[in-house]
Amino acid sequence: MAILVNKHTRVITQGITGKSGEFHTKLSHEYAPRFVGGVTPGKGGSMHIGLPVFDTVAEAREKTGANASMIFVPPPFAADAILEAIAAEIELIVAITEGIPVMDMVPVRKALDRSKSRLIGPNCPGVITPDECKIGIMPGYIHKRGKVGIVSKSGTLTYEAVHQTTTLGLGQTTCIGIGGDPINGTNFIEVLQMFEEDPETKGIIMIGEIGGDLEIKAAQFIKENVKKPVAGFIAGQTAPAGKRMGHAGAIISGGHGTAAEKMEALREAGVSVVDSPADMAAVLAKRLR
Amino acid sequence: MNIHEYQAKSLFAQNGVPVPEGYLAHNSTEAEFAMRRLGVKVAVVKAQVHAGGRGKAGGVKLVKSPEECGEVAAKMLGMRLVTPQTGAEGKIVHKVYIEAGSEIDKEYYLSMLVDRETASVAIMFSTEGGMDIEEVAAKHPEKIVTVRVDPTVGLKPFHLRTLSYAMRLSPEVSKELHSFVDKLYKMFIKYDYSLLEINPLVVAKQGKLLALDGKMNFDDNALYRHKDIEAMRDFSEEDPREVAASKYGLNYIGLDGNIGCLVNGAGLAMATMDIIKLNGGSPANFLDVGGGATKEMVTNAFKILLSDSKVKALFVNIFGGIMRCDVIADGVIAAAREIGVKVPVVVRLEGTNVELGRKMLQESGLRLLAATDMNDGARKVVEAARNA
Repeated sequence: MAILVNKHTRVITQGITGKSGEFHTKLSHEYAPRFVGGVTPGKGGSMHIGLPVFDTVAEAREKTGANASMIFVPPPFAADAILEAIAAEIELIVAITEGIPVMDMVPVRKALDRSKSRLIGPNCPGVITPDECKIGIMPGYIHKRGKVGIVSKSGTLTYEAVHQTTTLGLGQTTCIGIGGDPINGTNFIEVLQMFEEDPETKGIIMIGEIGGDLEIKAAQFIKENVKKPVAGFIAGQTAPAGKRMGHAGAIISGGHGTAAEKMEALREAGVSVVDSPADMAAVLAKRLR
Repeated sequence: MNIHEYQAKSLFAQNGVPVPEGYLAHNSTEAEFAMRRLGVKVAVVKAQVHAGGRGKAGGVKLVKSPEECGEVAAKMLGMRLVTPQTGAEGKIVHKVYIEAGSEIDKEYYLSMLVDRETASVAIMFSTEGGMDIEEVAAKHPEKIVTVRVDPTVGLKPFHLRTLSYAMRLSPEVSKELHSFVDKLYKMFIKYDYSLLEINPLVVAKQGKLLALDGKMNFDDNALYRHKDIEAMRDFSEEDPREVAASKYGLNYIGLDGNIGCLVNGAGLAMATMDIIKLNGGSPANFLDVGGGATKEMVTNAFKILLSDSKVKALFVNIFGGIMRCDVIADGVIAAAREIGVKVPVVVRLEGTNVELGRKMLQESGLRLLAATDMNDGARKVVEAARNA
C-alpha cells in the first residue's frame, strides 16, 4: 500500500532541462522508472534525457497521462509553475524549489484549497515509496521497504531517520518532506491521517522544528486520532530567538514556536519524543516490539 | 533583512504614511544643524542601531536646543548601546536620527505580518501602544483586535470598520486610521514584508496619526525584486562572520559557544547544535553548507569557523544526499592544508560515497577524529573542546 506515490504514479518534471531538474529526474527515474516526460516553455517537441518535453503542463498531462509533477523551477517563477500544475489538475505536485517569496505562496495556497491537487513542499526533499516511486532529491539507496512512515520538515534529518530505520531493519513505507517554508502545501496532520489509514504503516516518525505551530496542531490530532506508535524529534532546542535558522519558517518569534513547547505538546499526546536525533528509530522500534 | 529607523521612516514618507520630520546625523555638527533646520523647540535624538529597547538603554533623548542636540549626539555617537535585543556585547552607535518632538495625545499599536496558518495578512491594532505588545496580549487581550486579509481579495472597508469599532474609536480618529491602514497595507504588499510594526502609532494634537517608530523586516526570499531595499542593508550592523558566510552562499548564524559546526541541511544543523548541548557542550554557530555545496564552499566554511578565536574544536556532521561525502572530504583536506588546523576536528560522514570520503580523510595524514554516528561525534567533540 504505502501512501501518495506507488508503481502506478506517472511523473513529469517541470524545469526538466535545467541543471538540477535534469540531474534529479535522471536519478529518480533510474531508481524507479515512473517518469513520463517534462515541461520547459519554449522547448516543447524535443527530447531530453530520453523523455518527451512539452511547452505546457496541460499538454504534458494530455499526451502522457501524468498524474504527478516534480517542480525544479527557479524561485521567481516557481509559484507560477505550481499554479500551472494546479490548473492542469495534476493530482500530486512536489515542489523542491527553495527560496520562493512568501507572498507568492499565498495565492498558491488559496488555489490549492479550491482544487483537487495536493502540493508537497516547497523547499522540501520530496516523497518516496521505496522500490516503487521516488520524486525528489533524497538518496534512493539508503531506503528499504518496510513498515515505518516518515514525515519531516527537514531533508537531511529525514535521511537520518531513514538510515536509522533501515539499519534497524524496520524499513519505510513512504517518506515525505513537507518542507521548511512558512506557507506550504501539505502539513503534518494530513500525512499523519494517511499513515494512520495505511495498513502497511505500523509506526510513524515525525520530525519538526522551531517556528509556527504545525507541531502543536499535530499533537492535538495525534491525541485524538492516531492509534499507531509515533516517535518524534524537534530540531532547534538550542536555537536563539528571532533568528531564521536556515529554513524560512524556522524562527522563534515573540517567544512562540520554541522546541520546548512543541516537545511538551507531543509528549502529552503520547508521542515518544527523543532529545537526541540519533535515537529516533530506536525508540520507535521499542514500541513496535 | 532589517533596516534602520531612519530608512523605515523615509520609506513611510515616500508612500504617504505620515511621520515626524527628521534628519540623519553622523556627528555633532550635523546634529546641531539638523535641529536648526527642523526649527522646533523640542527634538529627539535617536541612536540608529538594529535593535529594540533603545529608550531604556539611553539611546533616545529629548533635547531643547540645537546646542544641546549637538552635545547629546556627540555623547551618543560611538557609544556601545546594550539593550535586551543586542546581547551583552551591545552595538556601537554610528548614526543618530534627529526628529521633531511630537505632542502626543494617545499612543496606539499597529502591525502587519503574514499569518502562516491562514495564508493571509494579519493586521493587529491596539489602543495600548508604547508598551510591549506581548504584555498587552497577556494582560488585556480585549485591548487588541486582529483582522486577517486575504491578499487575493484585498483590504476592504469592513476590515477597517472592524478595527475601529472593536477599539471604540471616535469617527474622526477612525477616518484617520482607515486612511493610515490603507496606505500601510499597500506598502506591505508592495515591499514583501515579513513584519511591519509601528509602536507607538501616535495621535498628535490635532487628531493626526503619526508613525513615531517603524520596525520593518523583509522577506529575504523576495529581495531579488527589491534592489532599492537591498541597497539599504547595513553590513556594520551584522555579525561579520555572518556577512562573510553569506558572500559564499553559506547559511551561518553565530552563537556564543566554543564548538564550531559544519553541517549540511538546516534541520540537521539545528539538531547538531542540540546534540552538542545534550552532551554538555556549547555550539559556536549554526552552519548549513546546503545540499549543492562545492569543494570551495566547504573550504570557505572551514575558514570562517577557524577564524573564530572562541572555537576550540570542530564538528563536521554530514549526511550526504545530493552532497557527496568525497566532496566534503576534499574540501576539508584542502582547507586544512591551506590554513592549517590547530584545533581538534571530529568528522562524522554518512551517505553517498561515504567509503571514499572516509578513505580520503584517513589517507590525508591530517589529525582527524572519526565518529561512527552523530551521538559518538558529539561526545568526542565535546570532550575535545573541554581538553583544549
